[in-house]
Amino acid sequence: MRFRGKIVDVACLNHFTRVVTTISKLTKTCVLRLNPDKLFFVLSGKVANGGVGMWCELSQANFFDEYQMEGFNPENNEICLEVAPENLSRALKTVQNAKSVKVKLTKKHCPCLTVSAELPTMSSISRVVTHDVPVDVIPTRLWHELKEPSMPDFDVSIYLPPLKTIKNVVDRMKNLSNFLVIEANMNGKMNLKIETDLVSVSTHFRDLGNPPSGDGASQDGSPTRDPHSMAEVRVDIRKLQQFLVGQQVNPSKSMCNIVHQSVVHLILLHEDVSLQYFIPSVA
Amino acid sequence: MQCVVTGGNVKVLAKAIHSLSRIGEELYVEPQKDGLALRSVNSSRSAYACFLFAPLFFSRYSIPNGKDFRCKIAIKSVQSVFRSVATLEKTVEKCHIELDEENDRLTFTLHCKHGLLKTHNLSYQDSESLQAMFDKDACTTNFRVNPRVLVDTVAHFPPSLEEVTVTVSDERMWVRNYVEDETERSKAMLTELCLASDEFDHFVVKAHNSFTFCLKELRGLLVFAESNNLPVSMYFKEPGCPVVLSVTDSVMEGNFVLATLSDGSSPPKNKSKGAHTQQSLPPDDFMNDDMDSYLIAMDTSVASSAAEPPASTLTDPCTSKLPEANHKTRTHSEEEEEEEVADGPDRPPNKKFRSLFFGSVLPPSPQMSTQPVTTQEVLASDSEDES
Repeated sequence: MRFRGKIVDVACLNHFTRVVTTISKLTKTCVLRLNPDKLFFVLSGKVANGGVGMWCELSQANFFDEYQMEGFNPENNEICLEVAPENLSRALKTVQNAKSVKVKLTKKHCPCLTVSAELPTMSSISRVVTHDVPVDVIPTRLWHELKEPSMPDFDVSIYLPPLKTIKNVVDRMKNLSNFLVIEANMNGKMNLKIETDLVSVSTHFRDLGNPPSGDGASQDGSPTRDPHSMAEVRVDIRKLQQFLVGQQVNPSKSMCNIVHQSVVHLILLHEDVSLQYFIPSVA
Repeated sequence: MQCVVTGGNVKVLAKAIHSLSRIGEELYVEPQKDGLALRSVNSSRSAYACFLFAPLFFSRYSIPNGKDFRCKIAIKSVQSVFRSVATLEKTVEKCHIELDEENDRLTFTLHCKHGLLKTHNLSYQDSESLQAMFDKDACTTNFRVNPRVLVDTVAHFPPSLEEVTVTVSDERMWVRNYVEDETERSKAMLTELCLASDEFDHFVVKAHNSFTFCLKELRGLLVFAESNNLPVSMYFKEPGCPVVLSVTDSVMEGNFVLATLSDGSSPPKNKSKGAHTQQSLPPDDFMNDDMDSYLIAMDTSVASSAAEPPASTLTDPCTSKLPEANHKTRTHSEEEEEEEVADGPDRPPNKKFRSLFFGSVLPPSPQMSTQPVTTQEVLASDSEDES
């Protein structure tokens, strides 16, 4: 198994670093999946994670100037590594002004992703910095857990209000309650509600727009849903907040799909990165 | 004692104090003929720092007549006098430091704009002399570098990182984070930075070496050096010997002495120090092998004004033996120290520790001309901060 990538462009390096930093805020550990065309950061929605799932997809050509990999074997031409994204993020953040950054799979004291960079200096000789981020190689028998999650049969699909606004609301609601209800309908309305013994607060958004039926309508020949009928999910507010805190860049498109009382599926699309986040419902 | 600091020097003094606060909890103040010495040492005696401000640094400098005066003050109290450096710069015109011996107080008076006077009365405690022995000339490796280079280097390491290992060869210096635990090694992220000798103003390496020391304490010095734009010099001899970092300008000299890990084995740091002193003989018997392990095996170069020993006494013949004795017994005592590791880690009562560790200082005597040792302070040479 081999992997070697090189980033030369400053903007690409910056963008890649921001993606990795966002991932690091969402989870302490995740799987990095590499194939010849794409990179994926995957967190499978297991009970251990509180049922939260994440899928982030990047097209390597948009970031790397050079990218070579040899997967596990020709039939499974992929590499799956368990990594702590925070280490990777820290390594990348320190090399932002480098002339070039190389990321390689190496074997040092253990398998590592080595980030090495040449930093510009006043003298003729560059300063070389290497960060060895320890990783765990995931055996092929576990790869089935790392597939792209299938789009759930959602009841409602709706575009999200600006993330910053939602974050402000959720931050304040977090002080009052541990659980939050997200509800929305196919008529562009979304509400965020909390309810406790002492107080109930709800924030209403209107005219959000719903993705066109090709993307987002209810599937499978079920009778057309009443556009005013709300689908709701009750989630742990901290999980939603964690998702919002990590977002550093405004996505070009952001939407969410709700499966009534089951799961909320948040999708953020940037030009070359897509991030999906699943938060399960709590009773 | 009366010292007056004016203008921009107030900020320099404030920064020095903040730097020292990164080392230890107490500020040792000693007005000397050659300037005001501010010192600090950490609890495990593995890091020591001293800023010496020459009389020219002050617009007025007078020291107590006759006897030598030494005291220590809780460093947090002094820091609160110079709390916000930015405001100090803008509002403080001068700072008076006065000694009020009747009440055991050191008075800091800040003369600010608009006639505002802020007076801080800080109580002090008498203290022993605190000085580390180190000889920069004996060092085989030394560098001088722009502080920016070091700050940039250190930025690559996480703020929580305790120890770094620096390896030098003829042309290069490598800085790596040091991970001591076997178990941690498999999970820890390893970072290594390689600097070429070109980046240094001065780069002399007589022996290829590696030394490991605590990064946290260094950061204090770097902040000071960078804000005053002073190059940082680093002096090093061999693993186990402390590394000395200094910044100097015409009116001020700052020295940070940090213990380094000795080669090969890594004894769990200063616990051994504590264990040692508990088993050591009473203060009066200074000359025994155990104690040598605390001494830096270097000839002194600094001959400061001698002062009376507070507790223990040292006979002249004993002290004169010390420097050489160190050399011979050091390896032996290092091993001893490692054996001690298993013992209880409780730190000995302060007083005993202090008197053993910092021992006595020779009163002025005819022997001073024959031997360079006048003050000694001890710094464990091969143990480090407990992380």
